[in-house]
Amino acid sequence: MNAKELAGARPGPAFTVTFDGREIDALPGQTVAAALWAAGVISWRRTRGAGRPRGVFCGIGVCFDCLVTVNGRPNQRACLVPVRPGDAIRTQEGTGHDG
Amino acid sequence: MADRPRLAVIGAGPAGLAAALAAAASGVRVTLVDSAPQAGGQFYRQPAAGLAARRSQAPHHHRRTWRRLRTGLDRQLAAGGVTHLADHHVWCVERHTDGFTVHALLGPAQEDGVTVDADAVVLATGGYEKVLPFPGWTLPGVVTAGGAQAMLKGGLVLPGRTVVVAGTGPLLLPVATGLAAAGARVAALVESADPKTLARHARVLSALPAKLAEGAGHAARLLRHRVPVLVGHVVVEAHGGERLDAVTVAALDAGGRVRPGTRRRIACGTLAVGHGMLPHTDLAATLGCRLDGVAVRVDDEQRTDVPGVWAAGEATGVGGADLALAEGHIAGRSAAARLTGRRSEARTWAAARSRAALRAFSAALDAVYAPPAHWAERITGDTLVCRCEEVPASAVRAAVGELGAGDVRTVKLLTRAGMGWCQGRMCAPAVAALAGCPPTPAGTPFARPVPLDVLAGQGPDARTGPPLDAPDGKDSHDD
Ligand SMILES: Cc1cc2nc3c(=O)[nH]c(=O)nc-3n(C[C@H](O)[C@H](O)[C@H](O)COP(=O)(O)OP(=O)(O)OC[C@H]3O[C@@H](n4cnc5c(N)ncnc54)[C@H](O)[C@@H]3O)c2cc1C
Ligand code: FES
Repeated sequence: MNAKELAGARPGPAFTVTFDGREIDALPGQTVAAALWAAGVISWRRTRGAGRPRGVFCGIGVCFDCLVTVNGRPNQRACLVPVRPGDAIRTQEGTGHDG
Repeated sequence: MADRPRLAVIGAGPAGLAAALAAAASGVRVTLVDSAPQAGGQFYRQPAAGLAARRSQAPHHHRRTWRRLRTGLDRQLAAGGVTHLADHHVWCVERHTDGFTVHALLGPAQEDGVTVDADAVVLATGGYEKVLPFPGWTLPGVVTAGGAQAMLKGGLVLPGRTVVVAGTGPLLLPVATGLAAAGARVAALVESADPKTLARHARVLSALPAKLAEGAGHAARLLRHRVPVLVGHVVVEAHGGERLDAVTVAALDAGGRVRPGTRRRIACGTLAVGHGMLPHTDLAATLGCRLDGVAVRVDDEQRTDVPGVWAAGEATGVGGADLALAEGHIAGRSAAARLTGRRSEARTWAAARSRAALRAFSAALDAVYAPPAHWAERITGDTLVCRCEEVPASAVRAAVGELGAGDVRTVKLLTRAGMGWCQGRMCAPAVAALAGCPPTPAGTPFARPVPLDVLAGQGPDARTGPPLDAPDGKDSHDD
């Protein structure tokens, strides 16, 4: 049993977004973080200091560890932002403004 | 209709929903303001609407309660008793001579502002999970237990196939069983406390048979999913390069130190970890409400010490969804009684009796599920304490030892711990422990980061009434 079967979910058709240029599938209603998790991606940020990888930590918008660049806009909290068809999601380096 | 009193309820979790429904039933017009796209809060978090799920994962009696709340809310929405503002992130509640203005930012982007006027306010903002640092806790794959639960309930996704659930507290049980039911292999549930000591609180437990049944249900599900349970154990380290690949667990002795020779490694892609909850108190603090330790102080009717402001649920102390419901109900009724000029007679309400029993129960849980005495000794020098500003424990220890910092604020000024995006919400307990001072709430000027143009639009000229400063010369918060 997986989570979708357990919940009896019948989402609309999956759509495509890109993560660092690679195509991945996403479902309507998911956040950017949920779509990335479903694709097996758990980190999408490098810290400003040591350049260490980070992803979701709190899952509810409190910790700011999950910051990501979506369609060129950095510092979006992946655990809050809904994913939309065609989104270009990119690993965020540092402050997201480093070029 | 238009001159019915107006109550703003902030937070649509169990506490806020109960407050909104109780107040609306007494003839008060309620605006329910919540940052999530759907009502329910953490406990009744529903799968995102787009996922079209037909079943909730909640155990039976919680499903019934949720249906009752949902139906009540739908009726009030249709009748105009309650307005639900979803996707509204409140960054400040302002008190002025003739009421309150709630300032919110819209949607996930949180760039546009909106205000709501009200005669009184119920703060039902819940809490967030506390995680105490340990080596490796910043690796991708290490998530809060509640966060794993939130992603599962809301997005129907799992962080990985093999999970270890660890830390302390009653939340670990539903998280472990929830992940297992959704197809994860839960390699271990690692609890640092010894839940058997709960038996010492027999009198409190026997007053709440439903709670005992709930605990037994979780235990049965752990067995059914063959989840190995290690009590009196901790995760001492999380391992991995780019992502988590294993954890080391060890047994604790009676004093809370690791027993030599008990370390062992468990392979896993996910560690869901939590050490209890911390209340969200920033809105209360900016209003000038007094805090008790880290929670908002309230009286028998859930009133804060600022007139017109009530608080309920985890914001006033952590005790679970049932307690949040009881407190919310009391807050809503009490606020409605004051606003409509009726007597409240709070002592006679059934919710007041269940609140007393549930508070006693959560005090018993608190006593059992305290983090082990010597946890801070296990933070190595290079373990990051402040995740946002990447401040290692060695820097905090140097600020305390060599530079004499004795409180969280001085450590912050010397090391930047707590100055980052999360404003100390994640690191405050660890910094306090390393500085040897009692935990204080992470003091934030605003409950949310606020874009400058929104702030500029909210100055003294933006509306009639006094400026942003706290009323009555009260200094709003200590940060
Ligand atoms: C991530 C997480 C998952 C949890 N999962 C479970 C679980 O599965 N089982 C369990 O027994 N307990 C769980 N808990 C514990 C849970 O907090 C309580 O049992 C219960 O939900 C508390 O109810 P509440 O109404 O006080 O707060 P919550 O349910 O937390 O509701 C608070 C609401 O206020 C909103 N809010 C907060 N601040 C603002 C703001 N500034 N502006 C607008 N809205 C705001 C939030 O979005 C939320 O909807 C979880 C806790 C967390 C943090
Ligand atoms: S995971 Fe904490 S803010 Fe998104």
